[in-house]
Amino acid sequence: MQTASYFRLEGPFLRLEGQRCTTCAHVQFPPRVTCRACRGRRLEICEVPREGHVMSFSEIASPPAGFSSPLIAALVTLDGGITLACQLTDIDSDRVEIGMRVEMVTRLISETGPEGCLVYGYKFRPKLA
Amino acid sequence: MRDVYIVGLGLTQVKEHWNLGLRELGANAIGSALDDAKFDSAECLYVGNMLSGQVSRQENLGTLLADEAGLLPIEAVKIEAACGSGGAAVRSAALAVASGAVDSCIAVGLEKMTDVTADVIAAGLATASDQDFEAAFGLSFVGMAGLLMQRYLHVTRRKRDEFAPFVINAHKNAMTAEHAMFRSGVSLEQYLRCPMVASPLGVFDAAPVCDGAAAVVLCSKQALKAQHRPVRIAASAIATDTIALSARSSLEKLLAAETSAGKAYRLAQCAPGDIQIFEPHDAFTIMTALSLEACGFAKPGTALDMAAAGAFNADGALPICTFGGLKGRGHPVGASGTYQIVEACLQLRGEAGKNQIAGAKRALTQSIGGHGAVAVTHILEA
Repeated sequence: MQTASYFRLEGPFLRLEGQRCTTCAHVQFPPRVTCRACRGRRLEICEVPREGHVMSFSEIASPPAGFSSPLIAALVTLDGGITLACQLTDIDSDRVEIGMRVEMVTRLISETGPEGCLVYGYKFRPKLA
Repeated sequence: MRDVYIVGLGLTQVKEHWNLGLRELGANAIGSALDDAKFDSAECLYVGNMLSGQVSRQENLGTLLADEAGLLPIEAVKIEAACGSGGAAVRSAALAVASGAVDSCIAVGLEKMTDVTADVIAAGLATASDQDFEAAFGLSFVGMAGLLMQRYLHVTRRKRDEFAPFVINAHKNAMTAEHAMFRSGVSLEQYLRCPMVASPLGVFDAAPVCDGAAAVVLCSKQALKAQHRPVRIAASAIATDTIALSARSSLEKLLAAETSAGKAYRLAQCAPGDIQIFEPHDAFTIMTALSLEACGFAKPGTALDMAAAGAFNADGALPICTFGGLKGRGHPVGASGTYQIVEACLQLRGEAGKNQIAGAKRALTQSIGGHGAVAVTHILEA
């Protein structure tokens, strides 16, 4: 990832900032130009829930360049219904189950090499008791 | 809109073409298709391709191939819709002829993948997905297919081995297809023992990286010649869905594939039961199942049952992947959609040789990009 694009993505990556539509109150993540519910463009920043459950997962045998192994990719549905793509952390793939409770943590996501930057962002781990 | 006919077919063998680059692959397929149509040239050229900028550091493919094929100063541009590029190029060509803007048009699907390492190809394929919010988190293209497959297994309460019939059938059909990459079969045991690439998705669930080009020549009714064996494009339709997998309303359903198939059935005034051959986008076994269900050939969650019963084999109720599909023939990504259409035309012309499905009058092809983010459906009639 290039430094400039990482700068643009800081809100959602580091603070899980999504949007609330001022027209219809729909909440969405990640931020985008139009509301998914009403196509309105008057949207205000809001943080979205940091806990949810695993909707699907897959252990990627050969992670893309810049990512470390093992890499457990997942789709996590946050409390309230938003689904996002992420990595799971602090767990082995054979312990992961669809439906398990997870919570957001901030971790190193990738190292892009000399012309890029260290990308930090959200991962999800099993919810601590 | 006017009727559009496919009158010329050209393809190269799908394999690792160490000695051929983009320009040779593309221009050879174009030349073969023009020869087959007995046309010297056409009024425009659409090039379906996904990865040329990243793999070959070459864009402006419209001009590159117009030049290499000796067709200058023909109107020519590249059409890109990820892995659906080959189908999208045919769609653009069909629109050009149907609109009356031109009487003849060439569509070529083309991909050169084997000049670079697997890492470069993986990064290239990931450009089909949401770069900022999915690929940036390490979700590779196969990883996303793994997520789809895991969800499907969970919701339908299936096991991975139930996908084996798709792989065995595709490879069996490829054995007798001269232009196919893999001319050897795959056994159930081989499928079960293959290594995981993105669990539960194994290496035999995925189509191979390879090179290839396929072309078609389209024309209007007025431009038909007596010696043509025309195949009519009864329907051509594209639909889109969210680029992010995580934003889909359902992971067990390919909405864009369903929408584009629905449009195609309406245009062709037919139903799934009227189709005798289906060429699905079997880049991954899960995509075969989801595509079958999206097109109405199987009810939701039942594609694996029908596969187990042999419904999709060459002698089944609805033969699929009749020359091996993306899995057996090979998946040069931006070319696959065009290969599907060339193969369906060979079937409808009765020129499919050992792979001929007897009495086929109507075929449906579906080319998909970005795991269902864009879907191109064609219905072809003899």
